[in-house]
Formats: sequence, C-alpha cells, structure tokens
Amino acid sequence: MLTPALTSPLTTTGRIHSVETCGTVDGPGIRYVVFTQGCPLRCLYCHNPDCRTVEGGREVTAAEIMADILRYRAYLEASHGGVTVTGGEPLMQPEFVAELLRCCQAAGLHTALDTSGFSDLGAAQQVLPHTDLVLLDIKSFDRDLYQRVTHVSQEPTLRLANYLKEIQKPAWIRFVLVPGLTDPENNVEGLAQFVSTLTNVEWVEVLPFHQMGAYKWEALGYDYRLKDTTPPSQEQIKHVKALFQQYGLNVR
Amino acid sequence: MNVSNVVGTRTSNSISAQTPPIQAWHQFLAGSWINEINVRDFIQKNYSPYEGDGDFLAGISDRTQQLWHQVTELMQQERERGILDTDDRLPTGITAHAPGYIDHRLEQIVGLQTDKPLKRAIMPLGGIRVVKKSLEAYGYQLAPQTLEIFTKYRKTHNDGVFDAYTSEMKRARHSGIITGLPDAYGRGRIIGDYRRVALYGCDRLILDKQQQLQSLELDTLDEAVIGQREEIAEQIRALQELKQMAEAYGCDIGTPAATAQEAVQWTYFGYLGAIKEQNGAAMSLGRVSTFLDIYIQRDLANGTLSELDAQELIDQFVMKLRMVRFLRAPAYNQLFSGDPVWVTESIGGIGLDGRPLVTKTSFRCLQTLYNLGPAPEPNLTVLWSEQLPRAFKQFCAKVSKDTSSIQYENDDLMRSEYGDDYGIACCVSAMPIGKQMQFFGARVNLAKALLYAINGGKDEKSGEQVAPAYAPVTGDWLNYDEVMVKFDILMSWLAKLYVNTLNVIHYMHDKYCYERLEMALHDRDVYRTMACGIAGLSVVADSLSAIKYGQVKVIRNDSGLAVDYKVYGDYPAFGNNDQRVDEIASDLVKRFMNHIRQHKTYRNAVPTQSILTITSNVVYGKKTGSTPDGRKAGAPFAPGANPMHGRDTKGAIAACESVAQLPYQHAQDGISYTFSIVPDALGKSEDAQVDNLVGLLDGYFHNTGQHINVNVLNRETLLDAIDHPEKYPQLTIRVSGYAVNFIKLTREQQMDVVNRTFHSRF
Repeated sequence: MLTPALTSPLTTTGRIHSVETCGTVDGPGIRYVVFTQGCPLRCLYCHNPDCRTVEGGREVTAAEIMADILRYRAYLEASHGGVTVTGGEPLMQPEFVAELLRCCQAAGLHTALDTSGFSDLGAAQQVLPHTDLVLLDIKSFDRDLYQRVTHVSQEPTLRLANYLKEIQKPAWIRFVLVPGLTDPENNVEGLAQFVSTLTNVEWVEVLPFHQMGAYKWEALGYDYRLKDTTPPSQEQIKHVKALFQQYGLNVR
Repeated sequence: MNVSNVVGTRTSNSISAQTPPIQAWHQFLAGSWINEINVRDFIQKNYSPYEGDGDFLAGISDRTQQLWHQVTELMQQERERGILDTDDRLPTGITAHAPGYIDHRLEQIVGLQTDKPLKRAIMPLGGIRVVKKSLEAYGYQLAPQTLEIFTKYRKTHNDGVFDAYTSEMKRARHSGIITGLPDAYGRGRIIGDYRRVALYGCDRLILDKQQQLQSLELDTLDEAVIGQREEIAEQIRALQELKQMAEAYGCDIGTPAATAQEAVQWTYFGYLGAIKEQNGAAMSLGRVSTFLDIYIQRDLANGTLSELDAQELIDQFVMKLRMVRFLRAPAYNQLFSGDPVWVTESIGGIGLDGRPLVTKTSFRCLQTLYNLGPAPEPNLTVLWSEQLPRAFKQFCAKVSKDTSSIQYENDDLMRSEYGDDYGIACCVSAMPIGKQMQFFGARVNLAKALLYAINGGKDEKSGEQVAPAYAPVTGDWLNYDEVMVKFDILMSWLAKLYVNTLNVIHYMHDKYCYERLEMALHDRDVYRTMACGIAGLSVVADSLSAIKYGQVKVIRNDSGLAVDYKVYGDYPAFGNNDQRVDEIASDLVKRFMNHIRQHKTYRNAVPTQSILTITSNVVYGKKTGSTPDGRKAGAPFAPGANPMHGRDTKGAIAACESVAQLPYQHAQDGISYTFSIVPDALGKSEDAQVDNLVGLLDGYFHNTGQHINVNVLNRETLLDAIDHPEKYPQLTIRVSGYAVNFIKLTREQQMDVVNRTFHSRF
C-alpha cells in the first residue's frame, strides 16, 4: 500500500527563475539550486533583481523539477551536497517549496532553504519540516538600516530566527557586507551579539558584496544605486569576521 | 607472506629456468612472472597499496633543483628561438647519437634523445619531405646526402602512402573532411611495456623473442607469418641496440634492475630507445609508477634509500620526460599546439581483486607538479574509481586545483574492458600494456560531412565535388527527416573512404616505419584496434536540434551552394542534459560507428572511434563553413565532446551529464571532455573546493563519463598571460586530452581557450 505522499501526483506548481546544477556556495557540497521567482524585498545590493516580480519566470510542477534533480543524484550524494531552494524569496510559494523539499527528503537528499525570513511564520512552518538546513539572510541588524537596505521591515526575519532556535533547526546565518552600507561597527556587532544567542546556528557566512549582478539592473532598466560601490577589501572582510568571532561564532 | 615463495631465499622449482636465482629479484614474491614475461603478475604479487595522505612526501632535492634550473634556462632559450638545436644530417636511431647529458654530476637518471639537451633528431622514415620542411622552417638545411639517401635509396612511409592513395582519398584529405591523418608523421599511440626492461633485462627479453621466432617455424609460411617473423627479427635487433645505447651510458641493462635507481633508469632507457626511434604523434609511457614503487619500497625497507632519494629519482625521471622533443613542422603545431608528445602516465585505478593500485609512488608522481612546478608533460592521468582511497582522491583534487595539470579517466568503466594493467595512449585511448596497440586514425570532420549532405557532396567552401554527387537539399528550409536521410548516406560513403584510407596508411607505416622497439616490448600476438574518430560532435548535434526543434533557413550563393543558415526560434543545445538533443548526439556516435564497422580493416584490426580533437578544433572550425546551429564559417568547434562555447547554460554538472551519457560502447577509443571552472565556483574554502571537486568526479564517473580534463582557473589569469607571457612560463592548462603550456599556444588558440565556457556561476 503506497502512502498518500508517494501516490500524490505532485501537481503543485510554482514559478521559478532558473536552476543551477552545480551550486557550491549555498549549503554543503554540490547542490542543485532552484531559484524561485518573486521577492518582496527590494535590496539595494540585490544580485538577482530579475527574480523580483512574481509574474516573471516560468511555471513548473514540483514533479518536473524533482525528475530533473534526480538526474544529478550521483553528484549530489558523492559530494554530500543536496538541494537548495533560493530565489527570489522561496517562502512566497510555501506549498510548492514544501512539496519539492518533501520529495527531496523522501529521495534521501539533503535539503536547504535560503530565505530572507520575510514571511509570516505560517508559511515557514509549512516548509521547515522538510528542510534540513536553513540559510537565513539577515540583511542588517539595525532596524532602520534594514528598512533602508531592503525596503521592508526587519521584524519577521528576527521572529523566524528565534523560531528556528526554538525548534533547534540547524541554520547558517548569512550577512552581506556592503562597504558604506551594511558595514557600520554597531550594526555588525549587534548582529553578532544576537546570533550568538541562537544555539542552533552552525555557521555565520560573511558574503562580500560584488558587482556581478550590475548588468541585470541595467538590462531591467532599474535604478541601481550601488553602481559605484566597490567590493570590500580583504582587510574589511577580515575585520568583520573577527567581530563575529569575538562572540564565539564559527565564521567563514 | 609465504617465505618459501620469496625469490632468492631458497631455490624453488618455479625459478629453475633461471639459475642461479636472480639476485636482482631478491625479496620479491615469486609468481608466474618468473617463468613468463608478465609484469602485471609481478605487480600484483609485490605491490603495497597505500591508503594514507600525502604528508610523507619530500620536497625537491638540491641536486634536482640545480638541474631543473639549468633545464628551465634551456627551455627559455628554446621558446625564444623556436627550437634550441637540431641535427640536420644524421637519421635518428636507438644508437645514432653519442650519450648526452645536462650536467652529469647532478643527474641521477641519465639519457637524452641526442647528444645535447633539447636538441632534436631527424626521423626521416616517417617522411623525408616533412623533415626537410621542418628544418627549413627553423632556418636549417637538410644535409644533401641525407636527402639523397631517403629519396634515392630508401623509401619513406609518406612516399608509400601517396603511392597508394586514390584520387578520392586525396580530395577528401585536401578538403579536410578527413583530417590530421598520420600519413606524413609517425602514427604513435603505441605503448611499449618499458617496465619489462627493468624487470627482466634485455637479455631475457631477447631470449623470449627468439623463442617467439622459433614458435613461428610453421609448415606453411603465409604472408601474415612471414611478416610477423620479419617483425620479430627487427624487434630483437632493436633490443640489442637498446642494450648498446645503455652501455654507452655505462649501464648494463642486459640484466634486470637491482635497485630503485636502476629500475627507474632501466624503465627510462626503454622509453628513451622508443623516442629515439619514433616520432609518434603520441609517445605514451604506460603505467609505471606502481611498478616502480615496488623497487622503491624494497630499498626504503632495506635502508638504502630515503624518502628524499625516492622523490629525487621520480623528479629526475619526470624532468627527462619533460624534455622529450621532436622536430615537427609548423603546420603540425597548428593542429596539435604547444609541442605535445603525450608522455601519458596512468596513475591509480583499482585491481581486479579490489585492492587500489595506488601506492606512495602514485603520490610521488603527482608531487613532481609541486617540486618542478606545473607542466603539460608527462601527461599525468589519474585512473579514477569511486573505490580509490579518499585521501588519494583529495590529493589529486588539490593538485588539480593548484596546477590544472591532471586529466582523469574512468577506471570503473574501463577496467571491465581492459583489466587492471592498461594504460592510456595519447589522451583517452585505453589499452592493456604490452598486449594491445592501435592504428591511430585521427578523425573525420562530422560537421563538414553534414554540410556535404546538404550540398550534394560538394565542399561548402570550394564548391568542389568531393563526395559522389548525391541529390542536394533544394528547399529553402531544412527538414529534419530529409537531412537525416542524406546525412546517413554521406556518412556511409565517408566511413568507407575513411577506413580504406587508414588501411593504406597503416600498411605503409608497418612497411616503412615499423616501431621495432615499442613492439619488442609487446607480446607476440597483439590485439589491434583501428582507432577512428569524429570531430565536431556538438556542432552537428546542435545543428540537427536546430533543424528539428527550431527553423533553419538556407542561404545559398550564386552557384546554388548552401553557404549560410539562419536559425529561427530556440532549440535545445547539447550540454544542458536535455534528452531531446543529447539523444541526437548519442545517435550520431552510434550511427557513424556502425558505418565504420561495415568495413574490412588492415590486419583485421577491431574498429573503434574517439570523440577527441586535441587543439585542432580551432583549425577544423577554420576550414568549415557556417553550420545550421548558427555557428559562423571559420568559428572554432568545441574541443572533443564538449558542448559548444557558452551554450551550456544549466551549470557545470548538466554539461558533464550530457557528455557522460554519450555511449562508450560506440566510442571505445575515448570521449574527451574539457572542463574549466573558476576556483570560487568550486566552493568557498580550499577544503570545500577539494571536496566538491572529488564529489564532481565521483558523480561524473559514476554516471559513466569516460574522461575529463579539469582546469581550475580564472579567465583573468589567462588574459594576463596572453599579454605578459614572461610572467607565466609554466602556466599549464588542460585542453582536449592533453595539457599545454598556455604561452606556447597560437594567439587564436589562446583566444579559443579564453572564450570557452568557464563555469563561474555561484
């Protein structure tokens, strides 16, 4: 007798921007990365602005993506990798993402959710049971700065962070270091202090800002305000990492 | 260990043929290798698998460092002048030149191809015209007497071939639909079992060959037996010359090697004899590291060798292998850029009994890339298995990441076909060592063949009727079914012509340019393959996909020749793990192979094919008109089985998968894939990069990929090297099936490499 989960036709649809078959920076090992379409944030430094609108991308079923993922199983398993759903903001499509990750887990694949945390807790609660690792992007700790960077409120993100701690879900916290924007000392320290209270956090990843998304802004005709911002220097990165380390965190 | 079975501890029946027991074999475990020439058995009985990491490795010795410094200076001068020095009179041979040294007091391993380092020899048996032209290209003149000998008194391979070529063969060769043929140079891709020289010594090998000759005293001597008898007699002569050659260096290789130093030296002498005699397109070394490890282990255990000494032997051996030079024409360099000789050494793999064939000397060989710096030669090839020890896998991945100098081939795939003592000839061609050889057949230009099908057998550039006049496509839009019917007919014609051409070439090569020494280091009866090949696979697969899934309009010139194509709509391109087009690619491979299989081959060789271009993808592209995939006339093909540049958009492992799914059973001479990735795209930390590369290789080979070149490089590095070659004397990159010194590529080839897909998304 098959369980309902296995007999269900996996017809839930979602909108995705694209997939990358050899992701190595969004979770452990080699990862099949699904970029969902649509994001409520408007980050100044966004490197995937083409994932913003909910109308873009293409509609797919979880089954379709799952079939494709399984063709890379050998690579994902051999590298102790898995599947990462990122975006866009995956939690805008909780049913689709939950179904996809549930199927991945059923197939024995490690699952990761890369999110800004900007969603209601209910959406996250749908997806989290099927998620082995959460990559939580905290764009800024200073509330006003958060609003300025993302154009949305910080509150849902911190709420999710606390909830992940509560359920002891393994998480990596990611922080994008943008010189002249997210780098104020108190902003970084505040975040470090907060994260040090989250006992479920395995790693803090400091992601240096880069200009690789600039061409997309231009192509889309959006106003890109970080045109002249340069990536942080090695010293700056080292300094910020050291701030996190001061709070006993594993940083990379 | 069964002591009674250890050689030299007591007299046993098994070695009664050799009395007294051979001192050189002291402490070795006996086996059938004592009574017959069987290096594999010796290895299996005596090697020590190593599962640890590279921490035991030693750095470079002072002597080696000094020596390498001298060699790099000579190489610098060579780069400036084109060639450092060459003979212009004396035809080459195993004993032709007096011994040569770099700096005798520093050399632990001796022997050069001529009397001076990097001085090239002339090898007229392949073809005297090529020798003459090559000399002239570098400002030398062939001695008149030598020219006279090889035009008046002694015929060459090249002359023989052109005596027998049909007019159709000449047309096909001229138009480039069949290309890169070894009709004016040595065919190569034959691996002598050079280890036999060390294990048995020349005297025993000569005795064995004499017995073979005796075994061929038959009632009826037909043409095949007569030929074989003559060949064996030549092999015996070559072994005698090899002994003389070594004597001139003060070594008696009549007897087996007794120490690690001698084992390395004797093995190298065997190889040296071969490269003194033959200028083969690929002069591969085989699989020597685990064999040599047995001698090194014995000396280490006996306290007569230190780790530094052991590494010094391997470093100096490898240094000699980096100095192999042949005199070649500039046109050859356009095809196979960077002066490659494919001194391919196969490392690792798993034994039939499940034990890894990885030893400490597998590590020592790779360590040369640190001690002497990265280099294209020897062509270090790791036979990868999922079962390899984890620490070795990680070491290989780290060396790849640091040097981009290694290629990987699928041992799990090939072991079932070739056993556990095969080596790679050239780039991707597997063959059991000392038991199998191939008749190297270069390749046909499959993209041109498609254009001929559309143009009714006419060349799209010259308009010449090269193939028979079939009915051309006359409509304005290409129809998939119509094109396929015509293409299949064209392929059938091409396969027939191709096999016949190769038959001519190899008949003449055996007759006029026989590899005496290499074949002396083979068994009596060897298994022969006829190694055909195709170029332009992804161009053709994409073209057919465009015709099938998009719309392709034909643009004709005034005389009605289809010269360009306009593609409308998207089509699935090879390299994205998309079945629609990947199946077309697999079908092409199988289809052409089946056409090849229809034809009788010289010496009943078993036909195979490769999907390999080396660097010639640039030249082939240049000679090929616009294709229905949207590629413009003259633009390079992708190398080997690679997807076309920039069309693989789904990420690195999707591209890997498309290539991995090509059917090896229809391309048993190998499927070459060159993979370039920027370091950051492999992971954030060095550990992650190493582990992810290991995972990628495990996955690719698990899914039956056969070969992969791994480059871990930034495009910016290459661009900088184009502008400032002096800053990158040793920058090495993997191209299709071999590695090259990047700064030795032509500008066009450099740009081709730079423009290739670098997987960089992360």
